Amino acid sequence: MASTPTTASGSAPAAGERAPAGAETPAGAGHQIAAVRVPTRSLRGELRAVKVVWKRELIRFSHDRLRIVASLMQPFLFLFVLGTGLSRLAAHGTHGVNLRTFVYPGVLCMAVMLIAMFSAASLVWDREFGFLREMMVAPVRRSSLVVGKCLGGATVAGFQGVIVLCLAGLVGVPYNAVLIIEVFALQLLVAFSITAFGVMVAARITQVQSFMALTQMVILPMYFISGALFPVSHLPRWLEILNRLDPLTYAVDPMRRIVFEHVHMSDAARHALDPGVTWWGWHLPGPFEAAVVALLGLAMLAVAIVEFSYAE
Amino acid sequence: MTEPATTPVETAAPGELHAGAAPAVAVRGLTKRYGELEAVRGIDFEVAAGEIFGFLGPNGAGKSTTINMLCTLVKPSGGEAFVAGYDIFTQRDEVRRNIGLVFQETTLDGYLTAEQNLRLHAELYGVPRELVGERMHQVMDMVGLWERRSSLANTYSGGMKRRLEIARGLLHSPRVLFLDEPTVGLDPQTRSSIWRYIRELKSREDITIFMTTHYMDEAEYCDRIAIMDQGQIIVLDTPQALKASVGRDRVQIQTDDDQAAIAALRARFGVEATVAEDQVTFGVPGGEQFVPRLFAELEVPIRSVSVARPSLDDVFMSYTGTTIRDAESGSNLERRNAGRIMGR
Repeated sequence: MASTPTTASGSAPAAGERAPAGAETPAGAGHQIAAVRVPTRSLRGELRAVKVVWKRELIRFSHDRLRIVASLMQPFLFLFVLGTGLSRLAAHGTHGVNLRTFVYPGVLCMAVMLIAMFSAASLVWDREFGFLREMMVAPVRRSSLVVGKCLGGATVAGFQGVIVLCLAGLVGVPYNAVLIIEVFALQLLVAFSITAFGVMVAARITQVQSFMALTQMVILPMYFISGALFPVSHLPRWLEILNRLDPLTYAVDPMRRIVFEHVHMSDAARHALDPGVTWWGWHLPGPFEAAVVALLGLAMLAVAIVEFSYAE
Repeated sequence: MTEPATTPVETAAPGELHAGAAPAVAVRGLTKRYGELEAVRGIDFEVAAGEIFGFLGPNGAGKSTTINMLCTLVKPSGGEAFVAGYDIFTQRDEVRRNIGLVFQETTLDGYLTAEQNLRLHAELYGVPRELVGERMHQVMDMVGLWERRSSLANTYSGGMKRRLEIARGLLHSPRVLFLDEPTVGLDPQTRSSIWRYIRELKSREDITIFMTTHYMDEAEYCDRIAIMDQGQIIVLDTPQALKASVGRDRVQIQTDDDQAAIAALRARFGVEATVAEDQVTFGVPGGEQFVPRLFAELEVPIRSVSVARPSLDDVFMSYTGTTIRDAESGSNLERRNAGRIMGR
């Protein structure tokens, strides 16, 4: 290995004996240096930067098995432990529908949420360990870096979403192509928006612990209030207000509608369990709710881009 | 060797080393204020293409702030600067494309392999795909890490990480390589090997090296050095010229009564001495000849004596009135704290 002459651009006169690589001595002179010309800024360059950041996210994720397992824990707990345990109490209230089936749409959201937040957290991690600087000094727009990060977070979370999606059969939800495609698309959208939220927050936070604490403070309440674990009609006034203000509500509600459309249940059950979110009596259509999530995501992405553009 | 990468503005300002070449770095009146604190106070200098240029000074002198401004990471408060011919205010991307950076603290992704780190960098900088493999081989070979390319960066030692960062900084063939304290925190052996790579690099690539250090012995490797203290450039010249300018040997004595010794030195020999590093320190021409007179005529008992040829320490001392170690030690705490604030 060590004495293989290096091929180089131009006509290297002699690739002389090189010192054993890996040793402290520099390799002997004698091979030509390939001159690299860095091209000027272009759209292609920016797209490449998006791809680089996205790809790194995937590489990092694939190396981190513990993270995959850890972030699957909570959805499993909610689905099988909470769902099974509480179903013995709630058999009447659910009109015969298994509680696991009821919480399943919420768990589909949760699975992508947590992992998306983890993705955003790695940004704080990168800052603490210096790597962020390597990206910040590159001759690319900061917006490309932020977009790449959000797409990366969404993709990684999408994998997680697929795993939970595979469990559909265990909780009485059929494997239907339309359902799977719709759920997955919505999961990607939620993951993207949550990552954008996380990146926006991460721009201002310098310690991983603080970020984790903030996640606990924001994500869990958002999750509980969103109606992932209860129907959103006939709530006490204060909870109803909080619920309608919670962005996650507009992700959980269409998710539930998509899933329940493919589950057999009585009209009474459907009415009780999937009442839909209303604004002053108006039933929000699913695509409208998805648009709300997308708009919020884009708005937070824009804030994140601005924050990173001015960061030194 | 290398043909220069796409030449930007061809101004005819003659560099000192390569006549006819535009200066690699040109700085006029560059200033950086952080609120009340003036970290860099209007500095001027030029670095010729192909030079190894060093910024020498204690921690907190404003070296890192200057380097960060030149790398477009920190926005200057005033003045102007051109790197590789590009304006750091208005042509940030062009500047970035033409510089390589090695920071004090590591900026590798520890969870990626060395090769992945380099490939990622190549893509971020848009190095043409067909050149990446070859170029990567060259730079990793140069720092002796090619065989370890598949190891995670986390498994590297401090010295290897620094070498990998130097390799990465070179990957896109920058015209100016910035090294911010490239050897800080490394053991002496690793430090000297890093220096071997740097000098080797200069002989192989058409590159200008701009570095900061607070190690006097390392500044000797530079073609020219600028001594920086409290945000200003105090003097700028070749190490040889700087040492010659001192013209005096440094004598350090340990006595039982430093104040009496200082008074006696002034009265008897007309020599101004100060206490530095717990020793009475002063400069005289022909130190060896001076020592016998010292013993004969100084009434204060002397416990030890040392004479040294002028070093960069003396240069620093003669221009700032303090040694670089004292400038960094506890006796100068406010300054050091100020430095911490401006450091990042």
